[in-house]
Amino acid sequence: MKPPPFHYHDPRTVEDTLHLLSELDDAKVIAGGQSLMPMLNMRLAQPGHLVDINRVDGLAGIGWYEPEQVVRIGAATRQRTIEKDPDLARRYPLLPEAISHIGHFQTRNRGTVGGSLAHLDASAELVAVASAAEATLYAASTRAVRAIPMADFPRGHLTTDLTSDELLVAIDVPLWPDGHGYAFEEFARRHGDFALVAAAVLLELDTTHRSIRRCRVSLVGLGPAPIRLTKAEELLNGGVADDDALRSAAALARNLSAVGDDAAPAEYRLALAETLVRRGLRRALRRATQPTTPEVN
Amino acid sequence: MATTRQIDCTVNGEPVTATVETRLTLADFLRDQLTLTGTHLGCEHGVCGACTVHVDGAAVRGCLMLAVQVDGSAVRTVEGLSDGDALSPLQQAFRENHALQCGFCTPGVLMSMQSFLDEHTNPTANDVTEALSGNLCRCTGYAAVVAATLQTARDGVEHHDQSPTSGGNGS
Ligand SMILES: Cc1cc2nc3c(=O)[nH]c(=O)nc-3n(C[C@@H](O)[C@H](O)[C@H](O)COP(=O)(O)OP(=O)(O)OC[C@H]3O[C@@H](n4cnc5c(N)ncnc54)[C@H](O)[C@@H]3O)c2cc1C
Ligand code: FES
Ligand code: FES
Repeated sequence: MKPPPFHYHDPRTVEDTLHLLSELDDAKVIAGGQSLMPMLNMRLAQPGHLVDINRVDGLAGIGWYEPEQVVRIGAATRQRTIEKDPDLARRYPLLPEAISHIGHFQTRNRGTVGGSLAHLDASAELVAVASAAEATLYAASTRAVRAIPMADFPRGHLTTDLTSDELLVAIDVPLWPDGHGYAFEEFARRHGDFALVAAAVLLELDTTHRSIRRCRVSLVGLGPAPIRLTKAEELLNGGVADDDALRSAAALARNLSAVGDDAAPAEYRLALAETLVRRGLRRALRRATQPTTPEVN
Repeated sequence: MATTRQIDCTVNGEPVTATVETRLTLADFLRDQLTLTGTHLGCEHGVCGACTVHVDGAAVRGCLMLAVQVDGSAVRTVEGLSDGDALSPLQQAFRENHALQCGFCTPGVLMSMQSFLDEHTNPTANDVTEALSGNLCRCTGYAAVVAATLQTARDGVEHHDQSPTSGGNGS
């Protein structure tokens, strides 16, 4: 239960980091370490080089781009920073709500946004949010910086589109109008455990407040990649926002296919998915109808 | 392999300069190199919370950080809570409420609850329970820990009311 030996690097600039990643064989980035350190301790990962990005300038932070209507989050931004940010609480409350479910406050003090996305756990809260939000991920290397739509980012179990010389530097999250509805719902065996299934919902009403202009529903925990419940979105978009509509939309989750295990078979996960989507849609609708100031903790 | 580095940090307020193996975890550095064995190791993969310490004021898992990562930082361990033999208010409340039996989980629980109290002056039992979810106790249970933490918060508020210039717990 101790990490294997490795060469340790702690670059100060993005440029130096990219050079290290392009020149070194068998290098691994360490950000918050909340997924990688357990793997090192258990020797499931034995990289030749560890490239620590905790001292790199300019990789952490939250930036608001009003003309483009996006919020840009640096890859090394701590989960706890997002959870406590007053502007996000007001303008993108889905993010802090989702993050409050990740592990415990002690792990969120270290864990980063980029680390969670790059790790791509099958039930990671931030993966669900990035999917529902249609976030864009920026991957930098000495060759170029490229923009990856979240929909193209997952490549398999714990596997992303990032190449070994690429560093995730930031994600862009498109903003929704003030007062939009949102909800993050998850089921885990104990508080702080990884979710069995989780759902992220975003919802905007039209000016009459009677019908849904657009909504997004994403699920994690059903397979290696997040699943957008597009059938439900299509059913709801432009339609009347009543409980029957929400129930019918949620029921479409049953038609998805899920990868189960002994503890939580596929059938059970799909039943959870339906329930969580229904709860999420209801809560998002309530919040869109009666916008309140979200609690910050 | 160039596997050692020199680090400078403070631990419980004392300056420390040490040469560490780069793969050494913060918890092992504290325990084995500084012989501060109050910080315990249970699972070594982030789940049990026995290794919880403060780095630059934030509660973290000591088993999930490397010693080299605290170069330039201020570390606080359970040994830094009391003032000599005088227990801290939270430690005293643990004692009064029987919040420990074997004590294995206690250092981590104390560091988590101290960090929680530093940020929340008037918590509910629910808030405390949620903050405690990242620490596992295998013998005492959690009710007494919640009671001790709430008592400390209450006493802190009363103390604060009586002498508004004292500035809380000062840390
Ligand atoms: C007790 C416990 C409970 C947890 N519960 C949850 C939970 O409920 N939900 C959840 O989603 N997570 C959970 N986690 C994991 C979460 O805490 C991690 O923060 C997250 O998965 C990884 O983020 P990190 O910054 O710690 O990354 P690290 O552990 O440092 O890295 C993870 C992976 O991402 C790569 N990486 C990191 N940053 C970059 C980058 N910028 N560019 C390219 N690659 C990069 C690393 O090379 C590594 O492969 C839990 C962890 C613990 C210890
Ligand atoms: S020993 Fe660090 S969390 Fe268990
Ligand atoms: S007091 Fe024994 S494990 Fe908590």
